[in-house]
Amino acid sequence: MILELSVQVLQMALVLLAAPALTGLVRKVKARLQRRRGPPLLQPYRDIARLLRKEVVLAQNASWLFRAAPYLVFAATWVAAALVPTFGAGLIFGWAADLIAIVALLGLARFFLALAAMDAGTSFGGIGASRETMIASFAEPAMLLVVFALALVAGATQLSAIAGFMASPEVGLRVSLGMALVALVMVALAENARIPVDNPATHLELTMVHEAMVLEYSGRHLALIELASALKLLAFLSLIGCIFLPWGIAAPGAGAGAVAIGIAAWLGKLVAGALLLALFETAIAKMRVFRVPEFLGVATMLGLLGVLLLFVSRSL
Amino acid sequence: MAAVDLLLVGVAAFLLLVPLSVVAGRSAAASPMLYLGVATLSALALAVAGAWLLADPGAGPGLTLPLGLPWLGAHFRIDALSAFFLVLVNLGGVLAGLYGLGQSGHEPAPRRVLPFVPLFLAGMNLVVLADDAFTFLLCWEVMSLASWALVMAHHHEPANRRAGHLYILMAGFGTAALLLAFGLLAGAGGGYGFGAMRAAEPGTATAILIMVLALVGTGSKAGLVPLHAWLPLAHPAAPSHVSALMSGVMTKVAVYGFIRIVFDLLDRPDWRFAMAVLVLGAASALFGVLTAILQRDLKRVLACSTIENIGFIFVGLGLALAFQANGMPLAAALAMTAALLHALNHSLFKTLLFFGAGAVLNATGSRDLDRLGGLLHRMPATGFLFLAGCVAIAALPPLNGFVSEWLTLQAILHSPDLPQWGLKILLPAVGGLLAMAAALVAACFVRAFGIGFLGRPRSAEAAAAHECGRVTLAAMALPAVLCLLLGILPGFAIDALAPVPELLLGGRMPVQVQGGWMSIVPLADSRSSYDGLLLFLFLAAAGLASAFLLRRLAPGGVRRAQAWGCGFADPVADAQYSAASFAQPLRRALGTSLLRAEEAVDMPPPGDSRPARHVATWRDPAWELLYAPLQRGVGAIADRLNRFQFLTIRRYLGLVFLALVALLVVLALWG
Repeated sequence: MILELSVQVLQMALVLLAAPALTGLVRKVKARLQRRRGPPLLQPYRDIARLLRKEVVLAQNASWLFRAAPYLVFAATWVAAALVPTFGAGLIFGWAADLIAIVALLGLARFFLALAAMDAGTSFGGIGASRETMIASFAEPAMLLVVFALALVAGATQLSAIAGFMASPEVGLRVSLGMALVALVMVALAENARIPVDNPATHLELTMVHEAMVLEYSGRHLALIELASALKLLAFLSLIGCIFLPWGIAAPGAGAGAVAIGIAAWLGKLVAGALLLALFETAIAKMRVFRVPEFLGVATMLGLLGVLLLFVSRSL
Repeated sequence: MAAVDLLLVGVAAFLLLVPLSVVAGRSAAASPMLYLGVATLSALALAVAGAWLLADPGAGPGLTLPLGLPWLGAHFRIDALSAFFLVLVNLGGVLAGLYGLGQSGHEPAPRRVLPFVPLFLAGMNLVVLADDAFTFLLCWEVMSLASWALVMAHHHEPANRRAGHLYILMAGFGTAALLLAFGLLAGAGGGYGFGAMRAAEPGTATAILIMVLALVGTGSKAGLVPLHAWLPLAHPAAPSHVSALMSGVMTKVAVYGFIRIVFDLLDRPDWRFAMAVLVLGAASALFGVLTAILQRDLKRVLACSTIENIGFIFVGLGLALAFQANGMPLAAALAMTAALLHALNHSLFKTLLFFGAGAVLNATGSRDLDRLGGLLHRMPATGFLFLAGCVAIAALPPLNGFVSEWLTLQAILHSPDLPQWGLKILLPAVGGLLAMAAALVAACFVRAFGIGFLGRPRSAEAAAAHECGRVTLAAMALPAVLCLLLGILPGFAIDALAPVPELLLGGRMPVQVQGGWMSIVPLADSRSSYDGLLLFLFLAAAGLASAFLLRRLAPGGVRRAQAWGCGFADPVADAQYSAASFAQPLRRALGTSLLRAEEAVDMPPPGDSRPARHVATWRDPAWELLYAPLQRGVGAIADRLNRFQFLTIRRYLGLVFLALVALLVVLALWG
């Protein structure tokens, strides 16, 4: 009991600490790939510290919702990230939410962020909120079909159960799991506002989606939202890691040595994910907003195809 | 005194309120008293039905009243299914009564509304209690006609008259389908009691025909695609608390009718019919929410979203049928529980949202989203409660909408065990569509709340809005609290309604409320669980901890300034995102193919000082594919039959004679 609780608390602290570094790493690698020097690895921490020191400038028209939303967004994202198995599967509250509920928690964060964007009454907030909800509408079915494929293989939607099954030798190499992986990566790109769906580094207003939503935020509110975005990226990378690269995850009730190995393996997966993400973002161009439904439609079709292939292979 | 006697006394009291309100309706003081009476009676009936459901004494004794057809009488009975729906109906009655009490001063034509509200509630209670086909249909018609009268309460507006006309046509059509279904159920033996119908064993073809007729009859009342076209017109036309009753409760009575006929009276589940129900349910879910996103009228947004939720419920029922047809009672019980729980959840949050829309309508005089805005400043409590309803309906944890969606998805995850390939291939697609519909609902309610309550006021009326009274707020707070409770403690509700699937399907979900934490598990052997209470506590702790920490770490002050808007903030309120502009990406991405959405820019030639206009239109394909051909057909037949209007009496007598002979011949051949 105490051990499991400490694993849970350790995970909550670790994801919070590691998230800005992950964002910094992606930015650094991307800059190096583009032959720029890039900001130092610790720059996101400095940014957050700087934002915390600044005062908050609120739009004249902002209501209480605008001030409450950053805390809600942060809380929902943090809880979601805390429930994804990262280094150990023995999370004491892991059974409180399965994969569907974790996705819904991220949806809760998005819901309030989109509402907050519309609160100041500027056009940019509206454009961001409207596009974000459209992208989400196409990402959700793809995500559900991925969940469906995984549940078919592992027999559960609980993440620890899926991770445990995927680490066992009975999984084997399956085409449908490969399709689910591709679909999940595409959904993750869209959910995290990465290229080619959205550009996290853009300064051209009309191309922004996520950045347009948070345009009116400043000070500690902005710090929380930046931290939540970093946490979301970390949560998705951990999710992909724990499902498709389930090696090194400490079993429930394992000792300190296994936990240390688990942490090292998890950090290794995150670094690999960050490298691949930076490479991918450098190699590809951002697409027009109205091509996003096609992009995510491909993900949905891949998910559906994966599920159907599983049916066929099960009946053979 | 048995529960059914008590409930019938309650219904009689409802009916007594009708002449009372006709007589006393003239005085201004009568209206609050009558609504108080409605709320009290509903609360009593709710208590009786709720106690019955919790005690679960099995099917109660029937009661026959010497009413209706002389040799038949009117039969009434209560079992777990009717008890659950009585809870739902009377909960809606309590809330509507409270809201009516709070808003009674705002109704311009109280005498057109007052008598019909108790009549409407009495009709819905009686439909659920009825134990023979004749009583069922009679009370079904009372319910339809009372709600029609309420739709026509503000009959001075042509739009409302059109809605009323369409509504009564569709209601008549639905009742006709139900009449045929009951006729086939009774068969040649002619037993109109439900007990006799349960005992009858119709052939397979007849059984499928009965199920289709039941789907058409109840689906037209519930707003299932493609019989939904009247719903977004009729529900918003009524006063807001009646809209809430129609959308939140009456559609559920239709769901009750479907369950009663298909699962109880007939009880011949067929997987092909289950596929039809699943397809129609998924289509309703997607179509409903897509049309909701394109509406500008706040109450119409809510009415269209009712179609979506009804689709969701029918998907659950279709799943239950599919599992039952393959002898999987536990999975069927899970799907049925999900559908029933969603019915209850929807009745709560839709009532809350309609009350909120009504409060906005009273405060600003407008239901047009583009004339609202900034209401969260002027009506903070209404805004907060409306937001709670939005979170609940968008199926976001930790509120109740998520629980029933989660259960439905868990039921879909059991579909690989089904043997039929049609169902196997269909169900992942249905799951994907439901996920898409859920995300679209979130988009729809970000739009409704964001345009209606956030931003700057888009009209002078919105800028001068005022908060509604305490009783109205209480009527909204009550469903909001129930939404939270059902979201964080769903185990109690699932346990309470477990007798219903057990009665209909012979299986029940595992007991949920056991052990310290309130997590729910769909089936005993499944390895998935959800715990709303823990998530709620987790979210609250994380939010409060971050707020507390930031207070220490970031003591910087708060300054108000003009909105940044990338350096240019347009002071004109109309430059904000409007309802149409928010919907534009989705209208383009989905609407062009499914709803024939079109955009046209009318650019005046040089020298013309007219402003350029951008016109966005969309059409519901149901009108062109179903209603327009039907209307043309009816018109053509009527033209043909017109000749018979001008015959001599001799020819009429001849026609009567011929008809008689023809019927006798048919009867002779049949026997």
